[in-house]
Amino acid sequence: MVSDSTQVITDSLSTAHASGGNDTSWLMHHVMDAKELDFEPFGTIHLPQLHLFGLDISITKHVVFLWLAAIILILIFNKVAKSYKKSLTPSGITNFMEVLIVFVRDEIVKPTIGKGHEKFLPYLLTVFFFILTCNFLGLLPYGSTATSNIAVTATLAIISFIVIQVGGMMQNGVFGYFKGLIPHGVPIWLLPIMGVVEILGLFTKPFALAIRLFANMTAGHIVILALLGLIFILKTFFVAPVSIAFALFIYLLEILVALIQAYIFTMLSSLFIGMAVHQDH
Amino acid sequence: MEFAYLAAGFGAALTIIGGAYGIGKLASSAMEASGRQPEAAGDIRTSMIIAAALIEGISLFALVICILLALK
Repeated sequence: MVSDSTQVITDSLSTAHASGGNDTSWLMHHVMDAKELDFEPFGTIHLPQLHLFGLDISITKHVVFLWLAAIILILIFNKVAKSYKKSLTPSGITNFMEVLIVFVRDEIVKPTIGKGHEKFLPYLLTVFFFILTCNFLGLLPYGSTATSNIAVTATLAIISFIVIQVGGMMQNGVFGYFKGLIPHGVPIWLLPIMGVVEILGLFTKPFALAIRLFANMTAGHIVILALLGLIFILKTFFVAPVSIAFALFIYLLEILVALIQAYIFTMLSSLFIGMAVHQDH
Repeated sequence: MEFAYLAAGFGAALTIIGGAYGIGKLASSAMEASGRQPEAAGDIRTSMIIAAALIEGISLFALVICILLALK
């Protein structure tokens, strides 16, 4: 958090000086994606920009942090999986991961999917730990939250959507799945509107998943930066104790929100999978 | 006349009123239910967190629209 405020100090001093003191563009610059990794005041690493067939696939800050989260997860879980070959009772980091994995399996996946939950367990565990790691990496100094990019959360939601539909269709058959969307005992004149509502519902649920995660992650960072930037907008040091106290409180809240959002994404994904697979519930 | 910032501010405030009222009602009935039956406190806490996250998700929809307004 100290380096976060150092970043804010240098950047906002330079932009405030340049533009006469009313420029707040540094706030969005810290929250949005950027084409360089900046470690103010030590320097900046410019990331390579690639263009392929007219599409911009340059490597940006969020891409680097996505890869970092993936590498961290691969390293940790390879170690965890190998340690189960040596002994069935875990110790060390395997012990800690087992607490989380058993929590996801017994509290999130088993109650919502019921029978046949083992097939979806790899995907749901991956989603939980990936979102958790991305959220936590954004809280470190010089870190940036990859899940505060709507493209990343939309991708996760689209993959969840595919898993929900394919899971439902493999269990109930393609036509049987669509037939099972409409609940039992509905009068016949209501069928057209029920069909439209249910098909729309198939799309709005993953959309809400994406927006929920994106907005929660972005809003937390914006509040912290706005509180710290109050010092520079008001141009006085006396606001600093209040500002930093509030910002610290919001920071702790953000840690809680990071955990809760990973839990909610996984819980809702598994709830939708359960509703698609066991349609008669 | 540039009313986009004003509209964004009003929008955010109204959204927060609705969201905070909903979550407040939810928390109050959760506390009451936990008080009546302390053994169910764990289940009630889990359901409360899920419902609160869903309500917050909806209010963040409106917040995203306000941010878009303020950025234009």
